[in-house]
Amino acid sequence: MSILVDENTRLVVQGITGGEGTFHSRQMLEYGTKVVAGVTPGKGGQKFEDKVPVFNTVAEAVAKEGANVSAIFVPPPFAADAIMEAADAGVALVVCITEGIPVLDMLQVHKYLANRNTRLVGPNCPGVISPGACKVGIMPGFIHKVGNVGLISRSGTLTYEAVKQLSDLGIGQSTCIGIGGDPVIGTNFTDALKLFKQDGDTEAVVLIGEIGGTAEQEAAAYIKENFDRPVVAFIAGRTAPPGRRMGHAGAIISGSEGTAKEKIATLKAAGVHVAESPAEIGNTMQKALA
Amino acid sequence: MKIHEYQAKELLKKFGVEVPRGQLAETADQARKIAADLGGMVVVKAQIHAGGRGKGGGVRLAKSADEAAEIANKMIGMTLVTHQTGPDGKEVRKVLVEEGLDIDREMYLGIVLDRSRSQLVFMASTEGGVEIEKVAAETPEKILKEYIDPAVGLRPFQARKLAFGLGLKGDEFKNGVKFFNALYQAYVSADCSMAEINPLVVTKQGKVLALDAKINFDDNALYRHSDFAELRDLNEEEPLEVEASKYDLNYIRLDGEVGCMVNGAGLAMATMDMINIAGSEPANFLDVGGGASAETVKNGFEIILSDKHVKAILINIFGGIVRCDRVAKGVIEAASQMNINVPVVVRLEGTNAEEAAKLLEESDILFEVGRTFHDAAQKVAASVSR
Repeated sequence: MSILVDENTRLVVQGITGGEGTFHSRQMLEYGTKVVAGVTPGKGGQKFEDKVPVFNTVAEAVAKEGANVSAIFVPPPFAADAIMEAADAGVALVVCITEGIPVLDMLQVHKYLANRNTRLVGPNCPGVISPGACKVGIMPGFIHKVGNVGLISRSGTLTYEAVKQLSDLGIGQSTCIGIGGDPVIGTNFTDALKLFKQDGDTEAVVLIGEIGGTAEQEAAAYIKENFDRPVVAFIAGRTAPPGRRMGHAGAIISGSEGTAKEKIATLKAAGVHVAESPAEIGNTMQKALA
Repeated sequence: MKIHEYQAKELLKKFGVEVPRGQLAETADQARKIAADLGGMVVVKAQIHAGGRGKGGGVRLAKSADEAAEIANKMIGMTLVTHQTGPDGKEVRKVLVEEGLDIDREMYLGIVLDRSRSQLVFMASTEGGVEIEKVAAETPEKILKEYIDPAVGLRPFQARKLAFGLGLKGDEFKNGVKFFNALYQAYVSADCSMAEINPLVVTKQGKVLALDAKINFDDNALYRHSDFAELRDLNEEEPLEVEASKYDLNYIRLDGEVGCMVNGAGLAMATMDMINIAGSEPANFLDVGGGASAETVKNGFEIILSDKHVKAILINIFGGIVRCDRVAKGVIEAASQMNINVPVVVRLEGTNAEEAAKLLEESDILFEVGRTFHDAAQKVAASVSR
């Protein structure tokens, strides 16, 4: 039915007492996500909204509430540490929403996670949602619809745009993953495609990429050899100038690497249905499914 | 964040990276004095952020202090055009005066992030002074790579491999290994996002030095380096972008005529693309953030309207958690406080989009409402060609 998060997700929110953490924890509870614990060092013993216990450490949240997924809302200087703490506590999936983590910190995180059984999604991402079952992140839940199309994206609001197009056409989603707009991220397009491949209920996948790096080209190579379900893609930034960071830390054309043109050509060559305009992501999927 | 060559060299020197002796001059007299103190042949180098300075006449040799002064006099105030400055070029305000070296060989050394592997990589090549991308494309076998494990850093054996690979011998070898280690220390200590030494030179006396140095800092890590703020040179930045940064707006100026205001970076890029598809060109990238409050919208209008090329504005907001009717009220409030003399097309999608469209249509301000993404882009492109 879905990947990464579902009815069995028991969420701990790191940074639950902060502004963003509080707001989005409420939203997640409203959506039906089982928020079982919060963590704010020094505030252990409190209750969030009179019902969710707050702990000093992630380890306690795991031991006492059986948390198996973490959402991170802590500020950038402490976010890398928060990811490592969750991994050390044995949390299977860590979704890091925080934007602005230094690259060198993320390289340490990448290395730290390499021999542990924790998957990281993000940072600098909207999170993961399996419509109707569980939302871990900051996306508006109501635009989603239960269904069989998976979605993987480096963006936030552009993802919502695509999701709404799909839902308006009656095309529901199995799981939507915001993998994040940073140059160093935990789960890339190819990793997410491998997860969708194992999910028998995901019939097709939407991939929303952008300028910078070569993750889309690597995904195209994987799709060509290993993925036989329809894939629709849109790549943002064909009008972006080289050498400039377009909002996301990872959205930059370095030299001749990372242009939209090259990504689009590589995806097309791998048999991916590329939407020429961001307004046609839904339509393109409708045609691909027909 | 980008810095000048002279700033990069001062930083590198602190970490023990060997650089030529030299100093910054802002006048011809200063250049003369520095050249006289250095003695012998000197090099005068224009300090602008863009690369390709040599070809544009921004790097020149002087045989005497007087000649150095003469060159500095011509260089300071001149507009230097290189393949990276664009056709308008950049005004030179300062020059770096450095000792001339007895160069034996020019090589390349760089540290960059390999995004596919999530690791830093040292890249070195005997082909110095040319663009490394060209070397990578034509003779990839000439590029040596050493990937860095962040837990242990650059290991001595890796520095030796690079030095042997570059054919360094004797004193050159020792100096090279020391250079690589020092560069790595500088990179991680200063939270660089890129360090390029091109060319890295070996002198006839066996010294290994950074003849040029290009360093960028990771913007996300600037909070750890409050002293870097003074390295920022606002003259090197687009004035409107400097202005926008004061409002915490993420704005990049482009060449087109449709100003756009969008919430979220990905959607902002997609909106630029959509304007292009509709037959016009975007004048800017502007991400006003998820919330899109009245105040940020107002600041956004100010910045966009300061660009005289703008003939129309497209506002594209996806209201998820923030409600569209609230955003619409903010847009109306902002617009009513200003004199907006170009057509504005607004497209609000998401929560309460219908109510928002109604508010916009009923307001005193002449907004055009885009019903869909496609419709909004068509309308704004049409208003430009009218």
